[in-house]
Amino acid sequence: MTAVDQLDLEIPRARIYGFLGPNGSGKSTTIRMLCGLLRPTAGSVQVLGHDATLEAEIVRRRIGYMTQRFSLYEDLSTDENLDFIAEIYGLPRREKQQRIGAARREYRLDDLRRQRAGTMSGGQRQRLALAAATLHRPELLLLDEPTSAVDPQSRREFWESLFDLVEAGTTILVSTHYMDEAERCHQLAILDRGRIAAEGAPKALMQAIDAAVIEVSCDQPRSAHHVLEDLDQVRSVTQLGSRLHILVDPTVSEPEALIRQRLRDAGLASQVERTAASLEDVFVAATRKPLEVAA
Amino acid sequence: MSAWRRIKAIAAKEARQLGRDRLTVGMVVGIPLMQIVLFGYAINLDVRHLSAGVADQADTSWSRQLIADMEASQVLRFDTRVATAEALTEAMRLGEIAVGVYVPADFERRLVDPARPAAQLLVDGSDPTILNIAAQLLQMPAPSRPQQTSTTSGLFELRNFYNPERRSAVQIVPALIGVILTMTMVLFTAVAIVRERERGNLELLITTPVRTVELMLGKLIPYILIGLLQVSIVLLVGRLLFHVPLRGDLGDVYIAALTFIGASLTLGLLISTLARTQFQAMQLTLFIFLPSILLSGFMFPFDGMPIVAQRIAEVLPLTHFVRLSRGIILRGAEVGELASEIRALLIFFGVAITLAVLRFRKRLD
Repeated sequence: MTAVDQLDLEIPRARIYGFLGPNGSGKSTTIRMLCGLLRPTAGSVQVLGHDATLEAEIVRRRIGYMTQRFSLYEDLSTDENLDFIAEIYGLPRREKQQRIGAARREYRLDDLRRQRAGTMSGGQRQRLALAAATLHRPELLLLDEPTSAVDPQSRREFWESLFDLVEAGTTILVSTHYMDEAERCHQLAILDRGRIAAEGAPKALMQAIDAAVIEVSCDQPRSAHHVLEDLDQVRSVTQLGSRLHILVDPTVSEPEALIRQRLRDAGLASQVERTAASLEDVFVAATRKPLEVAA
Repeated sequence: MSAWRRIKAIAAKEARQLGRDRLTVGMVVGIPLMQIVLFGYAINLDVRHLSAGVADQADTSWSRQLIADMEASQVLRFDTRVATAEALTEAMRLGEIAVGVYVPADFERRLVDPARPAAQLLVDGSDPTILNIAAQLLQMPAPSRPQQTSTTSGLFELRNFYNPERRSAVQIVPALIGVILTMTMVLFTAVAIVRERERGNLELLITTPVRTVELMLGKLIPYILIGLLQVSIVLLVGRLLFHVPLRGDLGDVYIAALTFIGASLTLGLLISTLARTQFQAMQLTLFIFLPSILLSGFMFPFDGMPIVAQRIAEVLPLTHFVRLSRGIILRGAEVGELASEIRALLIFFGVAITLAVLRFRKRLD
């Protein structure tokens, strides 16, 4: 099985680059290859100008990695964990305490200095993990689904911290399956079955969507859903409450008319209008498209 | 210099985690204490008071004399008296007696007839120790009338060096240090790396600059100290409770223990790189532990084993440590005189840590 196939990434410096993709699309595999944790079966991985497998030790000093699962020591406290990481990275002794102190203030860990990580909330652990991952000031920060275990408020704060890091010059690669997070990235790659299905700035992706987006409001959305699904020109139907988002093949000249006609034939009263694409529409359009078989 | 810093950081972290794990702390002190007390009292190789049965069909003063002599040796305790040989075998089958003595009605006539055995000894051969005892009983002279002074004396006179009172504890305690260390040391490090893998810590750790050798050495240090603590506990309890003498130099004992601890810990590390889960690591540990106990010379004399078993035993660290500790503690040998054993342990340490480092990849695939 191939988790990742011929992935070419160009990640601009001091930007947040997002990987958006369903489970199994190769997000984690890609990030792990970039850290040198996995070897590519063929080809090579270059990170910051070095081979990620052959020169893993050089690369590792310059990158920070935050794992999907909390991977600091649960039976150690905030200070003990940070001190351990600082020692492992060999931070200069004079600077060590000062950097740890700064990280504690930055990520609001001052009240948790003696608390063991195992007893912290999801959000607190995540702040600690980010503090640890950035303690050695990495140029490139790799975050593998960092917010999957935290509440929306903590997620917001987390993204604020990421923008602070970017402002200070750090390049960030983050994988996610949340649309709102993906929308915050400077640059986004939609991964599907190990390939890049779409790439660009979120806004550009939404404008350049390869489908017409039609919004239908009606009283019987379930019936309308079934009726429209059977149309050959319809790529997908997504229900949002009593509304439906329908992606229609771009070759159809008058998509609204087509939908309206179909619904009228089925005897369903509705309001049909063209609308701007959301990132979710982009995602659906990109991942539903059958992959062309490589020659 | 930064390598040393990383090793220290790993060691300090490991020691902290260990100190917070109450069960492990309990094991560090509890296992040696429990085992030395248990084994020191329970493993008793000089058998006494075996339950025995007698069917004395002669019932003469001679036959009663024979029974009394046997009982006086304290090896047997006759608490079952039956009428027939059949009843004796039945009692043995039921497990009521381990040894049966059958004295036929014509006992006195048989005594003077050298061609015929005078009495019969029935032995439960399912227990090897009892069979050995029976062999000793066979050497017993026939009961003699007081006026007939016996002139038969043995060919050999036995002189027991190093353990004149023939106390089992004296033989067991020095080797027991090794058994306890095998159990705790191998297990501690066997789970050490697997645990980090299971808890997800390893994925972070291997993306840091820490090198494999540093990780391994850092993990060994706290356990070396624990091992030395356990040696001290066993030595002290052995001395206070079982009066085990220390004829050699205490420093030599610790040198021997240190090399053995090193060999056992690296064996554990090697297991840790082979196992995928903590459970597998424990199973593998047991796989090492049993042959160690059975083949090392702790339980059975090394020279009595077949060559193949001896070869296997030479590979096990415990075999060498049993020789070292008995040599130093009981025979008063110096560590220099047992250099070949120390060398064997050092080679084991070197090979095991090399294999462990080679087996361990700073990757997930």
